[in-house]
Amino acid sequence: MENKKCTCGHINPYGTILCESCGRALTGEAREQKLYDMRYEGSARRSQTYNKSIIDKVWNFFSSVKVGIWLIMLTLIGASFGTILPQEFYLPNNVDPSVYYEDVYGVFGKLYYIIGFYDLYNSVWFIALIAALGVSLVIASLDRVIPLYRALKKQRVDRHESFLKKQRLFAQTDEIPNEIDLQTVRNQLKKKHYKINEENGALFAEKGRFSRWGPYVNHVGLIIFLVGSMLRSVEGLYIDELLWIREGETLQVPGTKGEYYVKNEEFTVENYGEESDPEVFNEALERVGTVVKNYQTDAVLYRDENNELPGAEPQLIELAKDDIQVNQPMKFDQFAMYQTSYQKDEMKAMRFALQNKSTGEEKGELTVDLFEQQDSYILGGGYKVELLGFYPDFDGFTEEGEPKSKSPLPNNPAFLFNMISPEHPDGEVSFVEIQNTMEPLGETDYKMTFKSLETRDVSALTIRKDLTLPVLGLGGIIFMIGVIQGSYWNHRRVWIQNKNGHLYVAGHTNKNWYGLKKELDLILKGTSIPAPEDQVEKNKK
Amino acid sequence: MELASLSSNLLYAAFVLYLVATFFFGGAIRDKRSQSSVSGWAKIGFVVTVIGFMTHLGYFFTRWIAGGHAPVSNLFEFIVAFAMMLVGAFILIYSIYRVSILGLFTMPVVVLIIAYASMFPRELSPLIPALQSDWLYIHVTTAALGEAILSISFVAGLIYLIKAVDQTKAGKKTFWLEFVLYSLISVISFIIVTTSFNFMNYEATFTWVDSNDQQLKETYSIPALVGPNQGDLQTDNRLAPIVDTPPLVNAKKLNTLVWSLGIGLALYTLCRLVLRKRLGAALKPVVKNVSLDLVDEISYRSVVIGFPVFTLGALIFAMIWAQIAWTRFWGWDPKEVWALITFLFYAAFLHLRLSKGWHGEKSAWLAVIGFAIIMFNLIAVNLVIAGLHSYA
Ligand code: HEM
Repeated sequence: MENKKCTCGHINPYGTILCESCGRALTGEAREQKLYDMRYEGSARRSQTYNKSIIDKVWNFFSSVKVGIWLIMLTLIGASFGTILPQEFYLPNNVDPSVYYEDVYGVFGKLYYIIGFYDLYNSVWFIALIAALGVSLVIASLDRVIPLYRALKKQRVDRHESFLKKQRLFAQTDEIPNEIDLQTVRNQLKKKHYKINEENGALFAEKGRFSRWGPYVNHVGLIIFLVGSMLRSVEGLYIDELLWIREGETLQVPGTKGEYYVKNEEFTVENYGEESDPEVFNEALERVGTVVKNYQTDAVLYRDENNELPGAEPQLIELAKDDIQVNQPMKFDQFAMYQTSYQKDEMKAMRFALQNKSTGEEKGELTVDLFEQQDSYILGGGYKVELLGFYPDFDGFTEEGEPKSKSPLPNNPAFLFNMISPEHPDGEVSFVEIQNTMEPLGETDYKMTFKSLETRDVSALTIRKDLTLPVLGLGGIIFMIGVIQGSYWNHRRVWIQNKNGHLYVAGHTNKNWYGLKKELDLILKGTSIPAPEDQVEKNKK
Repeated sequence: MELASLSSNLLYAAFVLYLVATFFFGGAIRDKRSQSSVSGWAKIGFVVTVIGFMTHLGYFFTRWIAGGHAPVSNLFEFIVAFAMMLVGAFILIYSIYRVSILGLFTMPVVVLIIAYASMFPRELSPLIPALQSDWLYIHVTTAALGEAILSISFVAGLIYLIKAVDQTKAGKKTFWLEFVLYSLISVISFIIVTTSFNFMNYEATFTWVDSNDQQLKETYSIPALVGPNQGDLQTDNRLAPIVDTPPLVNAKKLNTLVWSLGIGLALYTLCRLVLRKRLGAALKPVVKNVSLDLVDEISYRSVVIGFPVFTLGALIFAMIWAQIAWTRFWGWDPKEVWALITFLFYAAFLHLRLSKGWHGEKSAWLAVIGFAIIMFNLIAVNLVIAGLHSYA
């Protein structure tokens, strides 16, 4: 594999099609072309040069833009399938996807589940597609950017006439311009921000070469972004926890290894009101009913000073107070704590009175804390109530007639009381649930009368730490710089060359030919130098 | 209240101005001298467009002040903002290329979009907590601007196809071109259907049963061809539905769709009967003087200009906001996925153009598909696929 020496003396890497320096064609095929393929300046790309070993084949596969486009289209189509039915992670909690999809969406749902589309974005094939896209991005870029860089760096001011003739924008005349005309052109070119080089009666003007690197810069940005999104699985970089916290509670912040504690002082949901908020909203409020204005947890953040000491009681130091709202997380250390969800009016305690059924007299009141019950409540005067059983989430009776509880959460509390009175020193048994009282061991003289309910709100806070964000941000910024660089600037070149009594004018741009043509018309206006013609259009006619 | 009604009047004025501008751009086509230089008609058309745009901006900012937040928070506001961005994008592209035919095709689309938007509830609505952020307008306006610039590529592509597709023989190309035109007519049909029945105060209430066996009520404002699951008509003297739908389908929206497509088909057939040729063929004389290469370049250039704006607004700003409001920058929500799909599609467009030399007609078809994807995300995903983004 030898380097190729051009007639002009320049030594080109093996595989070069157009001499990097003077632009002469180095292959028979290129010599035959009516117009040169200028995409990569006819430089030596690995993928166009070698095709023997396995490595060559893999390289060539991934460096092909055709393959790249396929990968993009497959990812696109694949991703769209995931939006037909809700993904698994958007299903309501506690449902089993294997039955849910069939239950709700019938046969189609079942099929969707079986194919695995219910969790499409975590599926092996989807991730593999994205990985292939990444590989293709790297290889295709490397295959082009290096030779392109070389070719643009080595280009000479004056070019071989064949090179000029085979440019898309080209004109030729035998009239040699005078110095005044040339000076006008120079001034015009400068006005349009071209950099001008002159040598041996040849003028070469160029601008916006940096825009050629745009695609490669944006691909680098994409790669950084993709790598960043894989970093999540690295231990310690990413934490995502949910904390349900009741009003008045102080709990350890999960994910912080016991270092931080948070207290929920109060949780509020506020709605828009027709009086309290601007009148302009009244019409909307009338149509849709209530609209929520704010979800808020008044939180206090503590640090446990004794966290490092094994076995020591926590010693909490207040660090900050903040009202956590949607769109306004509380930030501390590298964490952010978000308002995510809530449950209104969880039952906290119930108040009962012990009442004589026949006289209606109340002998005293007691409060059962649903989270911390006492075995008995002494009312004085010989009256006492014992709590024989507590069923926080009452769910009917077992076959043996025992009451049972679905969960430890006080969603539907039921109580088995033993009411002791001077008349009944051994007590009478009463089973009390919401809106229903039973007397399982026979009719009683006393009963428990429900007085009041104490409730409180529960707030759900998401605790998140994501150290991959800076990487993703960097990728995003580089990507944007790259696309802007490649999109809003063009690489334009103009050659005006006086050779053997002929004058050649040629122009090249990587995109937006119409713009270059208009610019050249303007630059050459009023001079004897002809404006180059678009040979592609001319050939069409 | 003053400001809010001033705002609506400004929008109304902009609407009329855009309509007027359409006629001037139309006049420019008839002007035989228009080939080389920009004709007087087109100049007036452009000035009227710019005044309309100012008025439209006036609507936007007065409504912003009246409601205390950027008017991009419900479907009506968002579509109107998108129309505004479309005019902005047109002004941008027109000042580069000065092709009056672009105005003749863009302005009616803008008029159509505003009319479409006004079919949805128009009152000022308060912001739910998730939307209370400056990122609301940063993200939404940039995304809408990007989509608008990309849509100009569709307009140019459509002009290209009308000129380039051979109407002497029927085939796949003529079919799909007619299909695109029919889709546009269906939007007109949607507006006609909705306004007419609105005007007649049509109302029919149904009780129906959802997938959890709950009995619910639904009120139709156009006659029900498609009724809800086990629907029971409660209003007297109203059309009984021809078919019932399964509980998962939103019957009311499907019904509206059926009406729009049906009346659209009737309108389309009527046009065909009157014109005695395909609509594509009928429009051909309008684009007679167009240079194919120039509209091709306009179409491509709009993608090149719009792609970075779209990426910034619809993906990057979106991710930043999602991180703040929803605790994660990306969650595969349908709206997010469709923004990604749009991004990938235009990336494929650019690569096809660059490497496979997909210029001219192929590229024009791609521009049409791209616009279809944008519209799908703008309208269908909001209405059909429920997700975090779906507006009330
Ligand atoms: C989502 C993924 C991708 C995005 C967003 C993207 C973006 C871009 C953009 C914006 C350009 C510039 C286009 C123009 O200036 O008209 C470009 C060029 C290019 N891309 Fe990609 N790209 C992606 C994937 C790929 C893949 C998978 C390949 C692999 C084959 C690839 C290969 C190229 C090549 C070869 C160029 C042309 C460079 C040149 O000729 O100057 N891209 N890309």
